[in-house]
Amino acid sequence: MKRGFFLPVVAFAGFLFLYIPIVSLVIFSFNKSKLVTVWGGWSTKWYVELLNDPQILGAAWISLKIGVVSATLATILGTIAAIVLTRFGRVRGRGLLIGMVTAPLVMPEVITGLSLLLLFISMEAMFGWPAGRGILTIIIAHTTFSMAYVAVVVQSRLVDMDDAIEEAASDLGAKPMRVFFDITLPMIAPSLISGWLLSFTLSLDDLVIASFVSGPGASTLPIVIFSKVRLGVTPEINALATLIVVVVAIGISIAWFLMRKKVKT
Amino acid sequence: MAELPLAADAKPWKDSAAVPFIRIKNITKKFGEFSAVDDITLDIYKGELFCLLGGSGCGKSTLLRMLAGLETPTSGTIEIDGQDVADVAAFDRPTNMMFQSYALFPHMTVEKNVIYGLLREGVPKAEAKDRVADMLRLVKLQDFAKRKPHQLSGGQQQRVALARSLIKQPKLLLLDEPLAALDKKLREETQFELIHIQETLGVTFIVVTHDQEEAMTLSTRIGVMKDGKIVQVGEPPQIYEDPNSRYVADFIGSVNMFEGTVDVAVSSTLRIKSPEAGIDLLVEPVEGLKANQNVSVAIRPERITLTRHKPDGAANIVEGGVVEVAYLGNLSVYRVKLASGKILKVTKSNLLHDEEPISWDEKVFLSWSNAAGIVLTT
Repeated sequence: MKRGFFLPVVAFAGFLFLYIPIVSLVIFSFNKSKLVTVWGGWSTKWYVELLNDPQILGAAWISLKIGVVSATLATILGTIAAIVLTRFGRVRGRGLLIGMVTAPLVMPEVITGLSLLLLFISMEAMFGWPAGRGILTIIIAHTTFSMAYVAVVVQSRLVDMDDAIEEAASDLGAKPMRVFFDITLPMIAPSLISGWLLSFTLSLDDLVIASFVSGPGASTLPIVIFSKVRLGVTPEINALATLIVVVVAIGISIAWFLMRKKVKT
Repeated sequence: MAELPLAADAKPWKDSAAVPFIRIKNITKKFGEFSAVDDITLDIYKGELFCLLGGSGCGKSTLLRMLAGLETPTSGTIEIDGQDVADVAAFDRPTNMMFQSYALFPHMTVEKNVIYGLLREGVPKAEAKDRVADMLRLVKLQDFAKRKPHQLSGGQQQRVALARSLIKQPKLLLLDEPLAALDKKLREETQFELIHIQETLGVTFIVVTHDQEEAMTLSTRIGVMKDGKIVQVGEPPQIYEDPNSRYVADFIGSVNMFEGTVDVAVSSTLRIKSPEAGIDLLVEPVEGLKANQNVSVAIRPERITLTRHKPDGAANIVEGGVVEVAYLGNLSVYRVKLASGKILKVTKSNLLHDEEPISWDEKVFLSWSNAAGIVLTT
């Protein structure tokens, strides 16, 4: 079959469109000049400066903590939700429940953030917990919406899994918990890892919801970047963004590799 | 493994004093309004290889799953070896199941798959390993112990599934379409292997299948199922030679069916008028028939003799023309059209080299004995 020029050209244009901003950001992070748009030769001084900026390092540490904890919680809760929805089927209103679990995927972040903020405020007023807003409230908020992503990812894996495999384990004398840890968990493990990585990335990335539910002393990396950028983009931010891109790329590659490896079995 | 297999001539189902090993009493399973299994009562004896045979959706797999404890009956009771198993969960039942999809644990090696059941039972690891090695030798997989299921062929996976379900020496082994995924040649070999293993271990087998040949080859008895009910239970020859309904006659093997009405009995033969056949059909007398009652007469294709010249005798001879011939090697299948337009299927074994085999468009005579016709009322 003869292929025309059209498709390769369009594809190439598409990739340029996607990656030129990121590539230019990476290149300018090595810019010697203090002006972001003027090239002044190669340098790694912004990276050094970044490592000496306590505000950014602190925010990065907070984001990392929030990301790890909320991704872990979201993976646990999302997996339980997915198992309940796929394995304890034939319940009236199951379709509605599935819809409700996945609704946060399409819910505008502003609404999620606002509703969580209102919830936290009224909870604090009623039983004094969570006291104030900070890391804890961001973790809760991130867990809430990441959970939906995990549930969807794990659910699709569970649906593909042959029920008879779990039944076989049960038939061979394994009690339900045993079946879960011996059979179900290893088989859905790849989806748990990708669900965790997805949640972690979402948490690391989130600005809107975090802005609503954060408090003093709990500024995540996106919040700090955003507030800095409002005062003007600095090459330091470029360096930081480059580092984030590298971390995310490594994470995605690991997830992809694990998924590919497990699919064969 | 000291239990003796059922001796070839032992037929406990014919002995009214024999105690059934499995007692299924009035079992019903409903999914919503639909009865997948509808009031089945069935006794199965120790050492049997019992086949549940039926088309898809007849409820045979549901019945099997209820025996395994994977489905809960809507009503009725199941007793295994004298114990009511209603409140016994699947993981505590003395049964094991071989699944149609094999359901091997994909992340475990063959050895780990097979040992799994023993370890759950609390068998010490060293002993369990020995037993697994023995079992793998029995199913000829000793060289594949360290492989993962996806590295095995379909036939090998089937044997892993069988080994895994046999390793705990269950009182009852349930097999759901055990050979369905194998190709024809392998399936035939495996059928005999399965019988051999069943005889060696003396375990009671219940096999679900939709393949009537498989049921005939394997079983001590067959239960033919339709729409959630068992329509006939019997030994393979009995099911084949003496089906109790049109459904069974048609389902097991191929059959020619004539509609007709009962005429009066003529001395030791029963006469059935059949416009479809164009003659009166003579069959062996059957009790309980009334004159003018509508019946069907089933005649197996291999019971019909095909000749060019009119055979001696007067009864059960019809004339027709050959419309199709299919040469299958060991036998040939002829389709012969009668004057009424009815097409009969006749098989002729190719024992001898006919100088001139009967061919398309030839005028032929079909004949059969009185004993060949099976009278069916339902």
